[in-house]
Amino acid sequence: MDIKSLEDRFEAKIAAGESIEPKDWMPEKYRKTHIRQISQHAHSEIVGMLPEGNWITRAPSLRRKVALLAKVQDEAGHGLYLYSAAETLGISRDEMTEQLLSGKAKYSSIFNYPTLTWADIGAIGWLVDGAAIINQVMLTRTSYGPYARAMVRICKEESFHQRQGYEIMLTLCNGTPEQKALAQDALNRWWWPSLMMFGPRDAESPHTEQSMKWKIKRKTNDELRQQFIDITKPQADILGITIPDPDLKWNEERGHYDFGDIDWDEFWQVVNGNGQCNKDRIAAKQKAWDEGAWVRDAAVAHAEKKEQKKQKLSA
Amino acid sequence: MKDQSLYEYLLMLGDNSMILGHRLSELCGHGPSLETDIALTNISLDLFGQVRSYFQYAAELKGDEATEDSIAFLRFDRDYRNSIIVEQPNTDFAHVIVRQFLFDSYHVPLLEQLMHSEDETIAAIAAKSIKEAKYHLRFSSEWMKRLGDGTEESHQRTQAALNHLYPYLHELYHESPIEKEMKEQGIGADLSVVKDHSLATINEVIAEATLSIPESEPRMVRGKQGIHSEHMGFILSDLQFMQRAYPNMQW
Amino acid sequence: MKKNEWPLWEVFVRSKNGLEHRHFGSLHAADAEMAIENARDVYTRRSEGVSIWVVKSSDITASNPEESGELFEPAKDKVYRHPTFYNLPEELKHM
Repeated sequence: MDIKSLEDRFEAKIAAGESIEPKDWMPEKYRKTHIRQISQHAHSEIVGMLPEGNWITRAPSLRRKVALLAKVQDEAGHGLYLYSAAETLGISRDEMTEQLLSGKAKYSSIFNYPTLTWADIGAIGWLVDGAAIINQVMLTRTSYGPYARAMVRICKEESFHQRQGYEIMLTLCNGTPEQKALAQDALNRWWWPSLMMFGPRDAESPHTEQSMKWKIKRKTNDELRQQFIDITKPQADILGITIPDPDLKWNEERGHYDFGDIDWDEFWQVVNGNGQCNKDRIAAKQKAWDEGAWVRDAAVAHAEKKEQKKQKLSA
Repeated sequence: MKDQSLYEYLLMLGDNSMILGHRLSELCGHGPSLETDIALTNISLDLFGQVRSYFQYAAELKGDEATEDSIAFLRFDRDYRNSIIVEQPNTDFAHVIVRQFLFDSYHVPLLEQLMHSEDETIAAIAAKSIKEAKYHLRFSSEWMKRLGDGTEESHQRTQAALNHLYPYLHELYHESPIEKEMKEQGIGADLSVVKDHSLATINEVIAEATLSIPESEPRMVRGKQGIHSEHMGFILSDLQFMQRAYPNMQW
Repeated sequence: MKKNEWPLWEVFVRSKNGLEHRHFGSLHAADAEMAIENARDVYTRRSEGVSIWVVKSSDITASNPEESGELFEPAKDKVYRHPTFYNLPEELKHM
């Protein structure tokens, strides 16, 4: 079959809402787009472990400690599911890791902001996971089968993450004035970066149109961002803390909240490597990777020895 | 307090799990592979689960508004009762695995005895924890063999870790007055039996891992009496940071 | 694959006795024992399973989607394999 008719058949399948599976024919660009997006998503889970991992040893109670430990561990699991989904497209996890470490592959910029207080753990759970869930729920219906299945599993497991974060915030807001100040300070620092997580405005988003057509995405960046703001504002009201945006107000006509301008210059600065923690995050992953090399080699060497022994026995 | 000895015995049990769990939790996000990272965190979570059971019980005995958290976070360094081996740092993955393996070899037979404790709560905690500890031992034994009988580098690193950690092992077997009292009351374990089982496991796994047991003398340490290593202060400054910086608050 | 990359394994988990093993996902491990242990930690953290199978991904042979026409379509018109193909009187119960 020639390329043209393969492409037609592929587009028809997508249009009919059918899933694409690993061995199915797919346009090279569809494959590449997925490798880029899924690995970026996986890297975000993995790098995202670092800012939160910071606070595991300093968690204020045993209950908070085990919850945070379990949450950060879940992120490792989610990274793993996503790397596996990307591997079905013919790239190895080692290659993806190298792309992350060399800076060729991106990850969510939100993790280049520092976690300075315990309240940041609450704010990340509430806002960052909240923003991520909106994106991820949409992705459970994405056209590429392994990606959609990974997202279903991830969404199921993540449901506790945001609740955990919100509960931390709620406890702080119902606590002493110092605690409430910690919560407000965390919201001040994490609000705008959370809005940036949805990516550039639709007009400036290079991938959106194709992604919508291939049903990788089913909503645009701006639609998702609006949805997040609409959900989150009442949650902040319950906490009794103030979202740091003087322009945030309900627009009866639109049926949505209006909000102020995002600092896109800051967004691009962080994307391009100049955030406060970009270098530290990659350095930490590089260190773990380098220091783990002899361990990975040893396991392979041992497995080979075991295999040889087995063959000798059966010979 | 009427059950002072039992209370201190619970601290001993809980502190070993807590400080080892703390060391493992430092590794979360920094493991040699994603799968190994997840596995080590699981062990840490198991250990903290045990800590909570021990300390909730200890808090009940203590009364006075004590909680699992006041016990975990608000003691002075002298009042922690863990052995020194669990404080040893994550120098490299070999140290992590050897520390884990030596502790697991002791932990499994310890819990096997505690399952039959006259104290019902301890028996119940041990019955739940034994399954976890058995898995930990399986995991750490497999890794001992992989690292010992892997590459030349892994063999050397693992032997070096064993040389460093093995002398601390004996403190776990050495019966303190509290442990003696608890044993005599049928509440605590008989450490001489624990020691025999532990050494049998160690000898078997070390041989298969093509490593050798160092000839060094046991290290003179008294963690069980509250005299800790220099590492302990740094561990506690992390562990206690929030409770000390923001006292008397709910989290 | 580079020399020191652990091979990929496919993981099948039985959620509870009485059910079949179902494909849960994949992971990397140096050997079969490690694959079982990793699968336990990665895929059954929330007590999702009572039994695990692992198989090296490279040992799986898959049918080719290009041939799905000849493989699967001929079954479609064998309607007589389905109970609804047969017309029976409504009075007849339980058949």
